Amino acid sequence: MKRPEPVHVVKQRREALLRGLVDRVPYIGFLGIQFDRHGDELTAILPYHDSLIGNPILPALHGGATAAFLEVTALIELAWTTLWEGVEAEGTVPDGPFRLPKTIDFTVDYLRAGLPRDAYARARVNRSGRRYASVHVEAWQDNRARLFAQATGHFLMPIN
Amino acid sequence: MPDTLTNAALFVAALPYSQALGMALETVAEGFAVLTMPYDTRLIGDRETGVIHGGAVSALMDTAASVAVLSHPAAGGATATLNLRIDYMRPATPGQSLRARAECHHVTRSVAFIRAVATDDDESRPVAMATGAFTVGAA
Repeated sequence: MKRPEPVHVVKQRREALLRGLVDRVPYIGFLGIQFDRHGDELTAILPYHDSLIGNPILPALHGGATAAFLEVTALIELAWTTLWEGVEAEGTVPDGPFRLPKTIDFTVDYLRAGLPRDAYARARVNRSGRRYASVHVEAWQDNRARLFAQATGHFLMPIN
Repeated sequence: MPDTLTNAALFVAALPYSQALGMALETVAEGFAVLTMPYDTRLIGDRETGVIHGGAVSALMDTAASVAVLSHPAAGGATATLNLRIDYMRPATPGQSLRARAECHHVTRSVAFIRAVATDDDESRPVAMATGAFTVGAA
C-alpha cells in the first residue's frame, strides 16, 4: 500500500491550486473576497467594507456586490471541482494559467437585505458536462439557515 | 419630471458601491435610465484576457434598473432587487467603457418588471441583457 503523503505536502498542493485560480481574477481582490478551504470544501468570505453599501439608509449591501460575490463563488467552485481530481491523482498542480469557465447566464434571488457585516457563500455543482455546467450558490451572514441571497448560473467549460 | 425623482435617481447612481465601480448617470427619464461605467483593470474577471468580470456588468445593470424604477412615477421613492437574471452574450471589449440602458416594462402597485441591455462601443452587439423584478415602495 502507498504510504500517505505528509499533510503539509497535501495542503501546499491544494492551496497552490486554489491560489492559482483566485489569482486569475483581479475582481476577487477588488471585492476583498477570500476562500476558506477544508479538504475539497470551499467557503467564500466577503469581508464587510463601506464601499459595498447600496442602500445607506438601511444600510444594506448593494445588489451588485451580492451578485458578484455569488458569481465569483460559483465560478471558483466549478473550476476547483473540475481540476481537483486530476491534481489529487497526479499529486502535482499543473503549470498555469488555468482556463476558467465562462458565465452564460446568472440568476440571483434576493431573499433579504444584506446587512453591513461579513457574508459567506458556498456553491454546489449540480451538473458538470464536457461543455456546460450548472451551479447553484447560497449566501448567508449570521445564520447559515437564513440565506440572504441565492443564485443559479450556467457556465461554458473551457476547451482543454 | 418632479425634482424628487431626479434626486432619487442621482442618489442611487451615487451609492458607495456604484461610486467604487466608477458609475455615472447619463440619462434619466420616467421609468428609464442610462448608466456608464469606465474600463478599470481592478474589475477584470480574467487576467489572461483583460475582460471585465460579469459581476461588475451585473452591478451596472442592477443599478441602472434601480434608477429606472425610482424614476417611474409609480415607484414611491424606494426600491430593492427581488430577482435579476443576466445573460452574458459576449465578452466586453477590454479598454472600452460599458453603458447600460434599463427600462421598466411593467409596474404594478408592488412590483416593477425591468429589462436592461449593456453594450460597449459596438452598440449593435449587446454584451449582456438582463430581466428582473424590483420592489415598489417600501420593501
